[in-house]
Amino acid sequence: MNAELIIFYLFSIFLIISSMRVVISNNPVKSAIYLVFSFFCSAVLWLLLGAEFLSVILILVYVGAVMVLFLFVVMMLDINLSEITSGFVKYLNEGIFVFIIMSALLILFFQNQFADTNKNIITEIIIISDSNTKNLGYILYTEYILAFEIAAVILLLGIISAITLTHKKKSDNKFQDPDMQVNVKKEDRIFIVKDEDSK
Amino acid sequence: MIPMSYYLFLSSILFSISLAGIFLNRKNILIMLMSLELMFLSINFNFIIFGNYLGDLTGQIFVFFILTVIAAESAIGLAIIVVLYRNRHSINVDDIGNLKG
Repeated sequence: MNAELIIFYLFSIFLIISSMRVVISNNPVKSAIYLVFSFFCSAVLWLLLGAEFLSVILILVYVGAVMVLFLFVVMMLDINLSEITSGFVKYLNEGIFVFIIMSALLILFFQNQFADTNKNIITEIIIISDSNTKNLGYILYTEYILAFEIAAVILLLGIISAITLTHKKKSDNKFQDPDMQVNVKKEDRIFIVKDEDSK
Repeated sequence: MIPMSYYLFLSSILFSISLAGIFLNRKNILIMLMSLELMFLSINFNFIIFGNYLGDLTGQIFVFFILTVIAAESAIGLAIIVVLYRNRHSINVDDIGNLKG
């Protein structure tokens, strides 16, 4: 048993246990923390598969950005925990049934198709350089440049829609209306009041 | 050298756990979103495994694009949850059926 296999078994067991805790845990904060841990374990496994850049990106983007977003939302919402856990037992049979059926089908399929394709795993993919990051950048900015631009547009769409959904309009907000400013007339600004007493 | 089928079994178990999680957490839409993230993770796992097996970097490129799409999706989904909680004061999935579609 070499070191690679030991690391694989260790982190895959951690990954399965922590993803189960994400699903089972009744406190959303706890499940977010376990989600962070399962992302970390899968980043280690991606490192074993030779995807160095993506494993670092997974930790940076997920643990750094998306999980912080999740934790912010969990802490913003004041959720009644006892109400949430009451529905858990109700759907327990369906959940276990779905888990068993789905995992059995997938494992049977993979066992039949890919059980004897063990020797062909390539750990180093060399296109222009030894570095995984250089190869990825080379492919991304030449062959997939259009898809890269579309991904940027999708991120912009995410930003705009998230802001417009959650932006609260305040009634006492002070702002300028350029249309009213241009169209203002002399009569709107000055009222000439005739003084009756001075006559 | 680890056989490819081990990684495939791991990703299929991860997918099944997250699918069961969507069924189990019917009261809490936040944990439903989290199990959706786990599901995307197992799909990314499959892309990397097969890209590695075929000696092709296209699988890793696809993982890039999936990661951007998930980031946008989770941001919009969490914004929808915040608006929902602001209006209805609960994130119970059963309460959302008031459109009666």
